Amino acid sequence: MSSDHPRDDIIDTTAPQTKTREDRMSEVDSRFNSTLREAFGSTPFVLTKFDAFMDWVRGSSMFMLQFGIACCSIEMMHTYAVKHDLDRFGSGVPRASPRQADVMIVPGTIVSKFAPRMKRVYDQMPEPKFVVNMGSCSTSGGPFQQGYNVVKGAEEVIPVDIHIPGCPPRPEALVYGIAKLQERVKNGETSPVTVKPYELEQFGDLEKDELVEKLADDIDEETLVMRYNWADSP
Amino acid sequence: MSKTEEPAEDAEPEATEPVGAVDYDALEALLGDAVVRRESHLNAEAFVVRADRVQDALSTLKVEAGFDHLSNVSAQEYHDRFESIYHLKKYDDPTQEVSVVVPTPRDDPVSQSAEPVFRTADWHEREAYDLVGIDYDEHPDLRRILLPETWQGHPLGRDYNQDKPQIVEFEENVNPLADDHRESDTMLVNIGPHHPATHGVLHLETVLDGETVLDVEPDIGYLHRCEEQMAQSGTYRHQIMPYPDRWDYGSAGILNEWAYARVAEDLNDIEVPEYAQVVRTMSAELCRIAAHLLALGTFCLDIYGDFTAIFMYAMRDREVVQNILEELTGQRMMFNYLRLGGVVWDLPESREEFFEMVREFLAELPSRVDEYHDLITENELFQLRTVGTGVLDAETAKQYGVTGPVARASGIDYDLRRDDPYGYYEHLDWDVITDDGGDNYSRLLVRMREVEQSARIIQQCVDLLEEWPEDEREIQANVPRTLNPEPDAEVYRAVEGAKGELGIYIRSDGTDKPARFKIRSPCFSNLQALPEMARGEYVPDLVATLGSLDIILGEVDR
Ligand code: SF4
Repeated sequence: MSSDHPRDDIIDTTAPQTKTREDRMSEVDSRFNSTLREAFGSTPFVLTKFDAFMDWVRGSSMFMLQFGIACCSIEMMHTYAVKHDLDRFGSGVPRASPRQADVMIVPGTIVSKFAPRMKRVYDQMPEPKFVVNMGSCSTSGGPFQQGYNVVKGAEEVIPVDIHIPGCPPRPEALVYGIAKLQERVKNGETSPVTVKPYELEQFGDLEKDELVEKLADDIDEETLVMRYNWADSP
Repeated sequence: MSKTEEPAEDAEPEATEPVGAVDYDALEALLGDAVVRRESHLNAEAFVVRADRVQDALSTLKVEAGFDHLSNVSAQEYHDRFESIYHLKKYDDPTQEVSVVVPTPRDDPVSQSAEPVFRTADWHEREAYDLVGIDYDEHPDLRRILLPETWQGHPLGRDYNQDKPQIVEFEENVNPLADDHRESDTMLVNIGPHHPATHGVLHLETVLDGETVLDVEPDIGYLHRCEEQMAQSGTYRHQIMPYPDRWDYGSAGILNEWAYARVAEDLNDIEVPEYAQVVRTMSAELCRIAAHLLALGTFCLDIYGDFTAIFMYAMRDREVVQNILEELTGQRMMFNYLRLGGVVWDLPESREEFFEMVREFLAELPSRVDEYHDLITENELFQLRTVGTGVLDAETAKQYGVTGPVARASGIDYDLRRDDPYGYYEHLDWDVITDDGGDNYSRLLVRMREVEQSARIIQQCVDLLEEWPEDEREIQANVPRTLNPEPDAEVYRAVEGAKGELGIYIRSDGTDKPARFKIRSPCFSNLQALPEMARGEYVPDLVATLGSLDIILGEVDR
């Protein structure tokens, strides 16, 4: 192993996980399927019980991603802290690393520069993973929807399970939203397929239009980019 | 150099007498032939300076006239020219102001950079380049700062098309062990944009030698949500006020609103009734307490590394403040409470209960502060981590336009509440806190003491409000439904926000919306000084230093 190619290792381990997306885009959501489940073979009774058990486990102990973006994250901190104490509901341990987290709360405005990073953080979370949109910014762009730099909602970039309205939502609202998510997970329900126009793509794969031509000298073909068609977004 | 397009020589005779104590004629003589003509802005006189003489003019003003604080750089595009405005002040007396206006032609918008004179101009000019599209000659590193490098166009320019597609790169981390670097011991580490210690979405490109930070470069713009554009597309009367709440969202809402209220009231000549001023002062100081408590909690979160007692205690006390503010304004964070000419409504009924609530909080506060001192400042481990780390001396701080608690912890006695009085502060009895340490410990200490001072202010306001005769409780001046300030009036005003000098520059064009709305954010300038404080420190001290700066990314990026 030479240090000439340390990047390869990094790329191997950080390869985007697109399983969730693919599952959602296809007919049946197999997000909840685990290898453990396969190990049980095909006894229907045991399997059903096991599924129910796993759903219950997942819903009862959720690890949140410690992920602050904008104003809403202040209220999110309050939700974690003494008075509201999300931990009482079995979902209040913020994890600093996406690799240990199940739920990503998106608390704030997403702008063009941040959206690719957010997608990467999401991709790094292990399956099954869930996303809670906190506040109107991550739902639609909120008060900044008309901004030249603002992505009109997290759903443009990653699939979202629960939207919590408000600017910012009160901690109680966030607790309610998370309780709803837990309910859904416990019942093994899935969320609707979402359309996501913004994807991370290699620059070389983009359609060769004027803009791509213009940037051709600056950007390496292999570099991941996100392309924003502001005119098309809602 | 004849690049400069000199606007026609209609050197209108100066009708207005000099504002404040500044002798503008003497200054004009001092600047000599660099000055093309003079303009009157509402806050100060402005000298129009040739684009190739910017450094001369600024350094003369700085060295010979004592204008040592480059508060802000506003850039804008007119139909026939670009303009950069350098707003200068004195740290000793911020009421002494002068502006330097640098026009450049639209087809060749190049002017000399002010960076060699004021370090803080570095980021300000990068921002002007990024958003408006002015080029600065001799600038050390003129790149985009808020928008991604690959962005096309300058969004606050006149012919920007917002619907055009854009491509944004997702750069993998630069390989720290690239071939040509293997000889040296340095290593590049990216901290953020998603990292728990960055207090939001900030990216620090850090070069390390072992554990020592050789260099750090903040990369901002991950929360640039077009606040200026939003303000420029709203009407003065009601549509702009909600946005300031979202600049410094660490519960400093009313302090930010006051920045807008102050500038817009100046622009439109609105007198605020005294009663409303007292209510404003009280609510603003409540916000300051909440903001400082958040700073304290998250700073300790950085130092101790977990959601432990101090963070929880700070949150607990913030809840109390938030409850009071919710009683008053109806919202926990995004208050939208001030109006031009006053506040939106009077104190809640019943007043007695409200005062009781505030009093209870104030009565509790000293014991809380003692508790914090026990847990934090008297803790030996904490002192080891913070005393003598992240040192910022006063001179460097001034170079970077640092203000607020960070400046006061470096021994700069600068507080706009006292030095450039507004609201009801001048009639109240309170002190400006300073400390000479300049390190992380001092900054925390200053904030904690400021909480006590804010409590003093609130106490006096409550007493005043309680005694206020019922028929004189005027909460709003008479303000017309639509405001159309004089065309081409320009004004720059600042207030003391939670993080320092929060200023706004507005140029009106005679309509009911501002033609240019520029925000001077204290965090933006404070963060710029981070490399000075962090170089040569260990990585954990870098994190502590960042925490002690108490930046809010919403305000840095706007
Ligand atoms: S929804 Fe409101 S509070 Fe939340 S991030 Fe957006 S602007 Fe801030």
